[in-house]
Amino acid sequence: MESIGVLLTSPMNPYLEQELGKRFKLFRFWDFPSADDFFREHSKSIRAVVGSSFIGADAQMIEALPKMEIVSSFSVGLDKIDLVRCKEKGIRVTNTPDVLTEDVADLALALILATLRRICESDRYVRSGAWKRGDFKLTTKFTGKSVGIIGLGRIGSAIAKRAEGFSCPISYHSRTEKPGTNYKYYPSVVELASNCQILVVACALTPETRHIINREVINALGPKGVVINIGRGLHVDEPELVSALVEGRLGGAGLDVFENEPNVPEELLALDNVVLLPHVGSGTVETRKDMADLVLGNLEAHFLNKPLLTPVV
Amino acid sequence: MAAMDELPLVLVHALPPFEISFKGRLQSRFQLIDSLDSTFAPHVSVLLCVGPSPVSSDTLRHLPSLQCIVGSSAGVDHIDLAECRRRGITVTNAGPSFCEDGADFAIGLLIDVLRRISAADRYVRAGLWPMKGDYPLGSKLGGKRVGIVGLGNIGSEIAKRLVAFGCRIAYNSRNKKSSVSFPYYANICNLAANSDILIICCALTKETHHLINKDVMTALGKEGVIINVGRGALINEKELVQCLEQGQIRGAGLDVFENEPDVPKELFELENVVLSPHKAIATPESFASLQELIVGNLEAFFSNKPLLSPVNLE
Repeated sequence: MESIGVLLTSPMNPYLEQELGKRFKLFRFWDFPSADDFFREHSKSIRAVVGSSFIGADAQMIEALPKMEIVSSFSVGLDKIDLVRCKEKGIRVTNTPDVLTEDVADLALALILATLRRICESDRYVRSGAWKRGDFKLTTKFTGKSVGIIGLGRIGSAIAKRAEGFSCPISYHSRTEKPGTNYKYYPSVVELASNCQILVVACALTPETRHIINREVINALGPKGVVINIGRGLHVDEPELVSALVEGRLGGAGLDVFENEPNVPEELLALDNVVLLPHVGSGTVETRKDMADLVLGNLEAHFLNKPLLTPVV
Repeated sequence: MAAMDELPLVLVHALPPFEISFKGRLQSRFQLIDSLDSTFAPHVSVLLCVGPSPVSSDTLRHLPSLQCIVGSSAGVDHIDLAECRRRGITVTNAGPSFCEDGADFAIGLLIDVLRRISAADRYVRAGLWPMKGDYPLGSKLGGKRVGIVGLGNIGSEIAKRLVAFGCRIAYNSRNKKSSVSFPYYANICNLAANSDILIICCALTKETHHLINKDVMTALGKEGVIINVGRGALINEKELVQCLEQGQIRGAGLDVFENEPDVPKELFELENVVLSPHKAIATPESFASLQELIVGNLEAFFSNKPLLSPVNLE
């Protein structure tokens, strides 16, 4: 398999990079001054692309790589992959579900607790020496607060299970109602937002869910409401979110993702009622290794003509 | 002796700056006095202790008729419990009002340390994400072994929540709890040796002073995390700072310190600690619940009904 050309779209994981280098002829996209430079030189050598939530395989890339047989994504999200085009051309697509579910759900709870209980702000307060001058303020209790989840898939369900441990009433919105849960279903996001205090985005990013958190939803959530986003930045109308937070129309936000990573709106950097993370949802040593192994396993299965481990297309 | 138609007498023991916000509500049901030197003091049967106002044996000497102390904090380490035991004075604490918030905060601190939440938030706010790229990886919570030190009100709430995160729970306590199925370790070093995480939420007493020391931290190991929402003096702070600086443990989340509000300045240099100004239980909701609990304990005492939150003085 050492002659098989594999394109790695970004330096997403040293272990993955090392293993790909051992098993395949590895091309590093970022070694080239531009995408066009790369395509010009090596377009016919690439039979597999390993993408991430940062750079996947869009239409331009798919068209530029005529020998591409498989896209193996180092993520569970598929929004950076042109799935329609892949289907048309018979290109296989795999992702990394399940192995990252727990970490992402844990992060959602971490964001809720940090946002409501002002943990990061407290840490800043102590480090600045302010505690010597006076006590920190009271913060908002989490246990028992109503949690609304957009998307009750693997990650959404794992978030619900954890929030139940805090006695939170759970409600949700998804494309269709899920049988077998005790959670209250709302047929629209606005209704969900009107009936919960903490709104968590945990669905896939598709054309339908782009800006699913918009001004109407934010207004429904209100000045005591909190938005938690562990999905994709594009799930949220970011300028609307920012102005709502700055103006106090929304109580707070815990955000792991942004519309234009790694750029974060400057206004947010000055706010105390937000927690801002650099897209670390699946960012643990343990989980990134599991994700890498899944990518490697899928590629191996494909080139050995075995069934793919986690196919999407 | 108070006449039958007079309101029952309560001594409100509050050293500045501590005070209660609901005096009006108490005054409608009780006759409040606020000084040990009051002529009524010898007749007082109940003392309401506000915040950590110390109740020493000297305080108790002023109150020969005292039968009950109603505390307003989860901890009772500021009360001379030995003297209370000797005189048959019952003590109530505020554990039930604060345990949910205490547990929530302990878990918030834990996930913060493991997943580097506060450190990564600092990173983003400093504009380092576009400059330096991805933040270093954290450590997964799921599957980790959590040793809870003190399985009281707060400890039980912590255990209940962490089960949903896929953690394995064990505990150390003065006595094994027969109604609990989690593994019990009588020896704190053994608990540490079999845990990835220690959460300290027990009472501070003579026996538990500096319970967590270098030996315990060594047993916990280099990947270990310590969370303290009990009292600062439960941990040997000097040794904790040393262990953190030398990488003998992975990290710590601390809401309490030995000499508040002073925090060892070495901790400010560390990225693997999360620091909080003794506010784990401080929400408007818990203080509203505290009011109900205090009024409830006082009314229970005066109507000879069981106290709502008695402390076991054994």
